Amino acid sequence: MTETATHTAGATAPTPPARFAVPGRIEVNGRVAGTWQTATLTGIRRETPRASTFRLAVPGWAGHLPGQHLMLRLTAADGYRAQRHYSLASAPDDSGHIELTLDRVPDGEVSGWFHTVARPGDEIEVRGPLSGFFAWPGDRPALLLGAGSGVVPLMSMVRHHRARGLTVPLRLLVSARGPEELIYAGEFGAETTPVFTRTAPPGTPVGRLAAAHVAPLLAEPPAGGWEAYVCGSNAFAEHASRLLVAAGQPVDRIRIERFG
Amino acid sequence: MNTTRGFTGRPRAARPGLPPGQYDAGDDWPVLSAEVTPEIAPADWTFRVGGLVAEPRTWDLAGARLLPAAGYAGDIHCVTGWSKFGVRFGGVSLDAFLDAAGPLPSATHAVARAHTGYTANLPLADLTGGRAWIVWEYDGQPLAPEHGGPARLVVPHLYFWKSVKWIAGLELLDHDEPGFWEQNGYHARGNPWEEQRYSGD
Ligand SMILES: Cc1cc2nc3c(=O)[nH]c(=O)nc-3n(C[C@H](O)[C@H](O)[C@H](O)COP(=O)(O)OP(=O)(O)OC[C@H]3O[C@@H](n4cnc5c(N)ncnc54)[C@H](O)[C@@H]3O)c2cc1C
Repeated sequence: MTETATHTAGATAPTPPARFAVPGRIEVNGRVAGTWQTATLTGIRRETPRASTFRLAVPGWAGHLPGQHLMLRLTAADGYRAQRHYSLASAPDDSGHIELTLDRVPDGEVSGWFHTVARPGDEIEVRGPLSGFFAWPGDRPALLLGAGSGVVPLMSMVRHHRARGLTVPLRLLVSARGPEELIYAGEFGAETTPVFTRTAPPGTPVGRLAAAHVAPLLAEPPAGGWEAYVCGSNAFAEHASRLLVAAGQPVDRIRIERFG
Repeated sequence: MNTTRGFTGRPRAARPGLPPGQYDAGDDWPVLSAEVTPEIAPADWTFRVGGLVAEPRTWDLAGARLLPAAGYAGDIHCVTGWSKFGVRFGGVSLDAFLDAAGPLPSATHAVARAHTGYTANLPLADLTGGRAWIVWEYDGQPLAPEHGGPARLVVPHLYFWKSVKWIAGLELLDHDEPGFWEQNGYHARGNPWEEQRYSGD
C-alpha cells in the first residue's frame, strides 16, 4: 500500500506521536462506577461564606484515589432527577465516610439544595469513584494548581500526603479572590502558597497566578520531575496550564480537570 | 425511587431533544478536556485515514476543503451532563474521506486519534452514512483551539467525548480497541439516549 498526499507534499505526515497517554497505573472499577448507592448526610461544615463541606456515610463505598470524583443525583417527588459531578475532598480512608465541598452557585439547582435545604439524615444517591486520569496515588512528586472550588480534589491529595506521612514532594498553589474565600485556609501548611486575585492580607500581593509563582518550582524540580494537576474553571485551567508549559513542564505530564 | 427530601428542581418544561440525565447549557459551551490546549497552526493540521483501507490517505486543511462542503446543525450532548441545542458546524462529511481511502470489508471499528495522542474508539457504523463530520467552522467562524480547532471530529449522536478535538486520523480495525476515556471507565459506545456513560451502564 502506498501513502497518497491529496493536496500538498507537506501533507504526508504519518500518525503523529502520542503526547497524551493513559496513565496505565490506575484501574477504574467499571462495576462499582456503574452502581448508584444511597449516601446519608452526616455533617455539614462551613468552609467560607460560599462553600461548605458535606460529610456522607456511604456504606458500600469501594474506596477512591485522591483526585477522583463521583456523580451525585437528587430526585424530586415527580421523578425529575438532577445529576452533577463532584470531586472527592476527603483522603481515602476506611471511615465509611466521604466528604464533598460544594461552592454555592447562584441559582444552582443541586448546590442550591445542598446549601439551603440539606440537613444531617438526608439521603442522596452517588456513584463512583469515576475517572482515574486525574487521580494521584501518591507515588510521584505532585505540583498542584487550583482555583476556587478547583482546590477540592487537590486537597484530597494534600490530606492523603499527610495521612500517609508521604515524603514524595508535594506543592500546592491555590488561587482565591480573597482570604475569606480561600477554602480550607486553616488546613494549609508549608506545602501551600495562596494567591489572592482581589483582596489580600496586609503585606501579601494581589494579582493572578503568574510565571513568578511557577518558575521557581520548575527551575528546581524534584528527581523525576513533577506530575502537574490543574483544576478549576476553564479560564483558570487554560491560564495555569499555559504558565506550566511556558516554564518548561512537559505537556504530557499536565493533567487538567475543568469544572465547566 | 429514592426521592430527595425538599428537592423540587428548577421549574421546567419538557425539553424535547434532551436525553435523560442531561440539562440545557443554553448559550454556554463548557470546555472539557483533560489536556493542555495544543497550538496547531491551520497550515500544520493533517488528517490521515489508515489501517484496514485500500489506500491510506492524508489530507491537509487546504486539501480537505476541496471535498464537498457539508456540516452539522443540531444538538450535542456531553457525558458530564450538559447538552447544547442548535449548534452549527461547517466542514466535510466523514464519508468523503472514508470513500477516498476505501475501507476494507474486514474493517468494523475505528480509533480516532488527536494530534495530542488522545483517542476514542467508534464502531465504523457510527461514522458512516452521514452521521459524522470533520469540521473547522463553528457558527461560520474558524473553530476555536479550545473547542478542537483547527479541526475536530463531530459524531453528534454519541456523547461528545467521542468527537475527538484536534483530530489527526482514523485507524480502521477489525476489532474494538478502547480509547482514552474508555480505558478510564467510560462506556465503549456512549449513546446519550441510552445513558451509556460509564462501563456497566
Ligand atoms: C469533574 C467535575 C468535578 C466537579 N467538582 C466540583 C466540586 O468539588 N465542588 C463544586 O462546587 N463543584 C464541582 N463541580 C461543578 C458541579 O458539577 C456543578 O456544575 C455545580 O455544583 C453547579 O451545579 P448546580 O446544580 O448547583 O448549578 P446549575 O443548576 O447547573 O446552574 C449552573 C449555572 O447555570 C445556570 N443555569 C443552568 N441551567 C439553568 C436553567 N435551566 N435555568 C436557569 N439557569 C440555569 C445557573 O443560573 C447557574 O449560574 C465539578 C464539575 C465537574 C465536571
